[in-house]
Amino acid sequence: MGLGIHRCTEDTRRRTRRRTTKTTMESQLGLIYQSFNARYPTWVRETLDELPNNFTITDPCISGHPIVFASRGFLKMSGYSKDEVIGKNGRIFQGSDTNRRSVMEIREAIREERTIQIKLLNYRKDGTPFWMLFHLSPVFSKEDERVIHFVAVQVPILRKLRRFGAGFGRNGGNSSEDGSRLREVMFGSCRREVCTDSVAEMGCVRVLDAFVEPDNIGSDIEDSCEASDLEKQEAVTAINSILSVMTHYSKLTGRLICGKRCNSSGMGLLGSSLNISLGRIQQSFVLTDPHVPDMPIVYASDAFLRLTGYDRHEVVGYNCGLLNGPDTDAEDIFQIEESVRTEQACTVRILNYRKDKNSFWNLLHLSPVRNASGKVMLLYCLSTYSIII
Amino acid sequence: MLRIKRVPTIVSNNQKEEGEESARHGRGCGRNCLNKCCIQGAKFPLYGFKRMNKMINDKDLLSDCNRKPQVAFLDSLLLGEWEDRMQRGLFRYDVTACETKVIPGEYGFIAQLNEGRHLKKRPTEFQVDKVLQPFDGSKFNFMKVGQEEVLFQFEEMDDDEIQFFPNAPIDIENSPSVVAINVSPIEYGHVLLIPRILECLPQRIDHESFLLALHMAAEAGSPYFRLGYNSLGAFATINHLHFQAYYLAVPFPIEKAPTRKLTTFDGGVKISELLNYPVRGLVFEGGNTLQDLSNAVSNSGICLQDNNIPYNVLISDSGKRIFLFPQCYAEKQALGEVSQELLDTQVNPAVWEISGHMVLKRKKDYEEASEENAWKLLAEVSFSEDRFQEVKALILEAIACGNDEKGNVIHSSIEGADGTSQCPKVGAMNKGSNTMLSGKQDCLLLH
Repeated sequence: MGLGIHRCTEDTRRRTRRRTTKTTMESQLGLIYQSFNARYPTWVRETLDELPNNFTITDPCISGHPIVFASRGFLKMSGYSKDEVIGKNGRIFQGSDTNRRSVMEIREAIREERTIQIKLLNYRKDGTPFWMLFHLSPVFSKEDERVIHFVAVQVPILRKLRRFGAGFGRNGGNSSEDGSRLREVMFGSCRREVCTDSVAEMGCVRVLDAFVEPDNIGSDIEDSCEASDLEKQEAVTAINSILSVMTHYSKLTGRLICGKRCNSSGMGLLGSSLNISLGRIQQSFVLTDPHVPDMPIVYASDAFLRLTGYDRHEVVGYNCGLLNGPDTDAEDIFQIEESVRTEQACTVRILNYRKDKNSFWNLLHLSPVRNASGKVMLLYCLSTYSIII
Repeated sequence: MLRIKRVPTIVSNNQKEEGEESARHGRGCGRNCLNKCCIQGAKFPLYGFKRMNKMINDKDLLSDCNRKPQVAFLDSLLLGEWEDRMQRGLFRYDVTACETKVIPGEYGFIAQLNEGRHLKKRPTEFQVDKVLQPFDGSKFNFMKVGQEEVLFQFEEMDDDEIQFFPNAPIDIENSPSVVAINVSPIEYGHVLLIPRILECLPQRIDHESFLLALHMAAEAGSPYFRLGYNSLGAFATINHLHFQAYYLAVPFPIEKAPTRKLTTFDGGVKISELLNYPVRGLVFEGGNTLQDLSNAVSNSGICLQDNNIPYNVLISDSGKRIFLFPQCYAEKQALGEVSQELLDTQVNPAVWEISGHMVLKRKKDYEEASEENAWKLLAEVSFSEDRFQEVKALILEAIACGNDEKGNVIHSSIEGADGTSQCPKVGAMNKGSNTMLSGKQDCLLLH
């Protein structure tokens, strides 16, 4: 073991870096493009853009969990252009006053593949902070129940004004009380008249601005606001419209999605974060679930798909035996089955077949993967394409 | 590349009891340690991180997003080398085979059944009622470990990018800082960060070393890779300056606890108080630069040290959130104030336990582990409300003083001289007292 990195000259380093950066960026953008195009017809983007809400769609299977879609409303709210946002992780909108605990809660919700609604302080491109209600929802693939996207809706939270200025209450102590009552009445009536249109609400606030002094944004930004019921409802409504668009369009490609996990079979074995980590391993391998009767593949690495020529959905859910063919030695198959039965690791050179029916020698290494109490949870099957000399 | 393997436990030569070792002829003492006898010509990988002049703003990542460093610090270097040592059988037991579970409850305390650590861990060799004790070369220290336990050197470099050298000779003149394995691990990837190892610093926080620890957390860049520090008297077992670190991919209970903001200092460091958590403590966040954040915490630590108050520090969230808690469990034990029931668990509440990762030695405790039990134990560790308020005031003043000397980072490595010498100490140290109480004359023992 050792890290074979050699110190090269400054020049070569710079040159290689530029080259790799370009290729990495290109392949990254390619993946991002694929993220949507593999699942939905291209015109889904236009439809999503017609929705009035601020939202982003991210792909947890791509390294870095980047944004793959940002709505017009979102870009307007944040002040960024589409190119500055696509491919980046959501954390670029966080800043020094963003509550770290809230960030942690969002991170955990992503890992646990569940919905979360939480207020969060974000920063626009020009550096100004703003509060918003952040509502995150996972999108599951119907066929293998993996999380394929997250949808995040951002509803700006209106800051409640703190005090009145010279226009009102010269009565010293009572002024603030009167002021707040008055304020509540005015806000109250505003809310009754306005539905879910946050722009109209903003307009309402601006009217009030004429009567009140602006607050000091500087200090005490921390506890300054809570999301109203209206804002919470807006978030939920938005998520539902977005998911409905995506579900509808996914039917057109046959790669169905849904907003919930449909049934909790062993398919949900691999959490999103494990999926993400596995995605970084460069080798050709699959993980299978030995507890389910047919011992299906629950994860297949990209390298494995390249080696065998299959698409992911042609492999996940099926037994490894799909690689076997007419000339595969029954002895080898038996050896593998025995090792699985006895929970032993083994290495076997077996004749396998690609999707195009061409055969190759597969140096297959099998290992049991145990959980914290020593029970075998998964089988790890590493494939190396071996050449006979 | 992460592999999961079962490893037979082999105790290496260096871990046998002292009496069994025979003097060997040949190179040095024959143990291939880090002392003068063996260190000449020793080579280790060297990871040179770059000086962080300003707080890494997540916005800056906009431009950096696609630039990958030469070496993935956490995955390839640290965990990769750790796994290598595991394969070589250098650990006293296989920690990955230890049963672990998250206890159902509001906070999700984590319980681990680890019988091996208790049996095979090195016992504490110094008195537990003094936070500051001079380094003693005759007792166990990290100079005595075998070179194979060292994973890599970790140094700051004046470069504008990360440098990595797979095989760099150790620079004896400029005592390097190293990362070594913890042979009695409590989790996957359990390592020790030993600042300026050849200088043999005693276990006490100083500005430079704490900044190094923060840099390591930032380099690892994972919220699940945390660093911890135990002062003497707060269950540190070796009086040679070191931080611990390991990887555990769950949130720690302490990280979930709500906080109440106290104040923000000039350097932009925000200090809060923990709420609704069995152990009272402070949380440090923000800072205009990493150094500002680091200094706020190290000034606090130095203040506590100087007042003989044992404490623990947890560095979490990739160095963005730091928890500091004074504790008095050892003191209570000495005074016979801990219930037999708790004593029987033999849990020594150090930084990991207080953060919510409880390493249990008896199967019974593991099976009956509950949030209630964990809470009960940790509540005994905490300073009482009154005492904590005093300590809090002490700390806030120390930080305020410390900020005045922004330009001068005083080296606390010289025995006797330390960073707070210019700051008026609130309350004198109780010299000659056998108990470690806060500095006030009327020895408050409030519970």
